[in-house]
Amino acid sequence: MNKTVNQKAWLFVIPVFILVAFNAAVPLMTVVNYSFQETFGNNVFTWEGTRWFKQILRSDRFHDALGRQFLFTGIILLIQIPLGIFIALTMPKKGIGVSVCLVLMSMPLLIPWNVVGAMWNIFALPEIGFLGHTLNDLGFDYNFTQQIGDAWFTTVLMDVWHWTSLVVLLSYAGLRSIQPAYYQAAEIDGASRWAVFRHIELPKMKKVLTIAILLRFMDSFMIYTEPFVLTGGGPGNATAFLSIDLVKMALGQFDLGPAAAMSLIYFFIVLLVCWVFYNLMMRNEEQK
Amino acid sequence: MKKYKWLVPTIYILFLMLPIYWLLNMSFKTTTEIINTYSLWPQKFTLENYITIFTDSTWYTGYLNSIYYVVMNTVLSVAAALPAAYAFSRYKFLGDKHLFFWLLTNRMAPPAVFALPFFQFYSSINLFDTHIAVALSHCLFNIPLAVWILEGFISAVPKELDETAYVDGYKFWRFFFRIFIPTITAGIGITMFFCFMFSWVELLLAKTLTAVAAKPIAATMTRTVSTSGYELGLLAAAGSLTIVPGAVVIYFVRNYIAKGFALGRV
Repeated sequence: MNKTVNQKAWLFVIPVFILVAFNAAVPLMTVVNYSFQETFGNNVFTWEGTRWFKQILRSDRFHDALGRQFLFTGIILLIQIPLGIFIALTMPKKGIGVSVCLVLMSMPLLIPWNVVGAMWNIFALPEIGFLGHTLNDLGFDYNFTQQIGDAWFTTVLMDVWHWTSLVVLLSYAGLRSIQPAYYQAAEIDGASRWAVFRHIELPKMKKVLTIAILLRFMDSFMIYTEPFVLTGGGPGNATAFLSIDLVKMALGQFDLGPAAAMSLIYFFIVLLVCWVFYNLMMRNEEQK
Repeated sequence: MKKYKWLVPTIYILFLMLPIYWLLNMSFKTTTEIINTYSLWPQKFTLENYITIFTDSTWYTGYLNSIYYVVMNTVLSVAAALPAAYAFSRYKFLGDKHLFFWLLTNRMAPPAVFALPFFQFYSSINLFDTHIAVALSHCLFNIPLAVWILEGFISAVPKELDETAYVDGYKFWRFFFRIFIPTITAGIGITMFFCFMFSWVELLLAKTLTAVAAKPIAATMTRTVSTSGYELGLLAAAGSLTIVPGAVVIYFVRNYIAKGFALGRV
């Protein structure tokens, strides 16, 4: 759409600008403030320069949390994206089945995140949960509150449960926009199922898949509530992802300086990915 | 192969429904039954947990608090986002692209980064433990969301509509309220649904900014988890009730779920 240049449009944007700036700029400045200073309470601050940044960047604790975070995000992307596409391909294209699928599949997306954690907690508990009980009956020694592997398995399974539907719904929306003529042409040419997927469906889904991948990346990167309620970051620190570790440091130990420095490094990573996301998305829209 | 295609969505849906069923199953059991016997359905069906929640004020005020700030936030976000989305969709102005990107960064910002500064900030302006504090803090991610979704809907309305109205002698605001808003009611409704949902599911900020007076239901629930492992029946019932708002509206927005989550870009 061709837009007219109109500087007065700023007046329309001002309420949004004020409300978001009020929430984003002021607190962010507080974080910047803390990240360069040391405090012992009573509002006495001493200048520390970049000490906290150096400390965080060199600390094993941060490296471990960051490593766990990338591992988790990598695993769930590798599972959710192919699984989501696969399910979208098998979904009915017309009739009552469409609504049934859409409604039931959207359910997990609309459940409060702490309830997701609590639900999986009681679902996976070895004694009383369906998952835990069944696995133990089958002869697996499963206890997610004590064994690191089980804790990871449960956290990943929970995230797959929670968010795969998002990938399904987005892929499905992409698939629905394909004209029947494409399929007819493919049939005349005698294209195999794989060729149809590779040369018709996948290119048509490119735009929605970009969004799906980046949304899943960002949201899994800032995951907090679900694993916090499910495992509390444990056993030990095994599932303490970046957000959990950060909150532990800031609100638990009240190490404000290092926590603030960590916040800024964290935020910087997010900003970087966000910028990539924005550019990819805008390029997709221009191609439209 | 084609004959068994329906199996995949069916198995997937069963997998999705299992934990939800388990939660419902537990909510109809007494806590003693949960701990002592393992059964796939309630042996002694009871509504006791739900009765406790609806009669004990520490529980039901949690729901009321959540609903207050969620509604406040929804109204605030959509009202502020509407003109802004119109501006982004129709006009070019200084810094428009940067502003649009900046909004997105706030949608993507990890709430954990903001938890502590928010606590101090809202305490210093005497808004700690009020509904409006949570409503305002949720604007951080809901306003960007609302602007992006509405921009998607507004861009789908041809510009000729605006131009025809001006030719017919409409002043801007009259056109905006009389013609434009009625044209995109569906989009506004869907945006409101998503603002409602995202504010409803968020816990970290809501928990950080409240103590007693505005404590959301989600925080009431976490207390039960941490202090006493034995109020599981109550916990399950409270959890089941939080699913209700989403489950009620879901049918009406089913075709737009993808659009809402994708920030209006689908």
